[in-house]
Amino acid sequence: MSEKNTVKRPVSRKDMTRWQWTWKEMKKNKVAYFMIAPFLILFLTFTVFPVILSMVLSLTDFNMLQMPHFVGVSNYTRLFFDDEIFIISCKNTLIFAGVTGPVSYILSFLVAWFINELPPKIRAVVTLVFYAPSISGSVYIIWKTMFSGDAHGWINGILLNLGIVTEPIQFLNDASYVMPICILVALWTSLGTAFLSFIAGLQTVDRSLYEAAAVDGIKNRWQEAWFVTLPMMRPQLMFGAVLAITNSFGFGAVVTGLLGTSISVDYAAYTIMHHLEDYGTTRYEIGYSSAIAVILFIVMLGANSIIKKALSKVGQ
Amino acid sequence: MKVKKLRTRRHKVVLNRSAGGDAGITFFLVILGVFMFLPMFYVIMHALKPLDELFMFPPRFLPIHPTLTNFTDLFTLLNDSWVPFSRYIFNTVFLTLCGTFGSLILGSLAAYALAKMKFPGRDFIFKIIVMSLMFHQTVHQVAHFIILSALGFIDTYLAIIVPTLAGTLGVYLMKQFFESSVSDAVLESARLDGASEFRTFLTIAMPMVKPAALTLIIESFKSLWNSGASVFIHSEQLKTFTYAIGQIVSGGIARQGAGAASTVVMMIVPITVFVINQSKIIETMGSSGMKD
Repeated sequence: MSEKNTVKRPVSRKDMTRWQWTWKEMKKNKVAYFMIAPFLILFLTFTVFPVILSMVLSLTDFNMLQMPHFVGVSNYTRLFFDDEIFIISCKNTLIFAGVTGPVSYILSFLVAWFINELPPKIRAVVTLVFYAPSISGSVYIIWKTMFSGDAHGWINGILLNLGIVTEPIQFLNDASYVMPICILVALWTSLGTAFLSFIAGLQTVDRSLYEAAAVDGIKNRWQEAWFVTLPMMRPQLMFGAVLAITNSFGFGAVVTGLLGTSISVDYAAYTIMHHLEDYGTTRYEIGYSSAIAVILFIVMLGANSIIKKALSKVGQ
Repeated sequence: MKVKKLRTRRHKVVLNRSAGGDAGITFFLVILGVFMFLPMFYVIMHALKPLDELFMFPPRFLPIHPTLTNFTDLFTLLNDSWVPFSRYIFNTVFLTLCGTFGSLILGSLAAYALAKMKFPGRDFIFKIIVMSLMFHQTVHQVAHFIILSALGFIDTYLAIIVPTLAGTLGVYLMKQFFESSVSDAVLESARLDGASEFRTFLTIAMPMVKPAALTLIIESFKSLWNSGASVFIHSEQLKTFTYAIGQIVSGGIARQGAGAASTVVMMIVPITVFVINQSKIIETMGSSGMKD
């Protein structure tokens, strides 16, 4: 029938090249671009561009005063072969992040899971007790008073009074105590957004799944968590892991706040973050500090992709 | 046939919960809870101690004669300093209000577009936003310094406010919440009635995502309120309350009481904000999950 062929078909995607179609869709959704533009411009300026800028600058000897020169990968070779402090800071960062990241993550989940069965009112109070240190900003400085190195420090006072020690321990000036104390304090502040996300995620798991699991032979709460709860919460677990990794590399501020300086005694709690700040904001060796930043980017991205793989194994 | 007796808790049957496990978990929670709560309690008690009790040996946990002198001292002590104390508080409040209000507007517009409109580049933009959650902001610091000085923002309020306007965590949470709690059908019918996209956003979608908007506000509030010493600010008049507290606490033994008092003032505000909004925040977090 010839009539059917002359009927005007609406223009479909197949009639256009990919770029024509994209352009048409972009024009149709002009308003979406207007809505996202203010955020996007600032996001590109203050998040995406800095990453690119760091990568470019890490290949130069920029120092804020003179024009930068291209120096190839010499900043990187200097970092790994000619900077003992950097190697120390790498080691410390790995210990610091390797302990605080997993421990705070597991702790966040365990506490959220344990309090899930409490009555709502009590749960709200318990949530506050665990979450409060992370929203209270610089409150962790109180640990400085508690661990103070004279007889007025609370912990030293107790130890002296009980006769366990005869003179106050210089907690924050002793290389063997600094790192564990910083980790302890970092953990104290670490039950944050991920913790809330877990609490909320646990509430959304369908109750009937637990009953079905019990019928299917799940014997105890641990099996139930592994085979039912955790797989149901995988999206929250992923979100929490991302935040835990970010935070575990960012605890440098806690160390600086607690010790009052980034150069801790014998570099005992000196992390890559401190090294970056030292070269970037004190020595103005921007090229060199950019190289440190780029390495941190790579490490954080790497940690995230490892965690992603690990989480896909949950419940199997 | 032997029927296994089901355990009950508050007259409800509980499955897979042993009494020993319950006891163990309660014990664990109490120990951990004490560890979390003790320092908070200690700082409050410390703030209430008169001078002679602050330096007693052996140190006491509870004050014998509680007093509010430390709080009143805080203001007199700091009013004598070079920059009046009220200036630090003004800076923190001003930065927090501007930054929070700005990020709510920018963030909710962006989250709505990402969640409810289809446009080329959307998924790519969202992917980069998620990726940005994986970096700690200290990593950007050096590049920020260069960008802010190129823009002429160094040593102004703008150096603190403008970068926080593009905070990604709030946008991420809000986008997820838009997706899970605003149905496309409602928006479509508003569009068919002739409402512009912007109007649909403002009058239909926004009222439905109040919990997420509140969470975004609190996220931004939390980071701005706690923003301390910044390398972007040199002038003493522009520095924040957190910075001032850091100075008092590091001022040594003589200022311990005032230091504890200012820490209490500092933490009371975000904690109160959280207590009031807890249920809304938890509601938002319900949709925070990340689909890989």
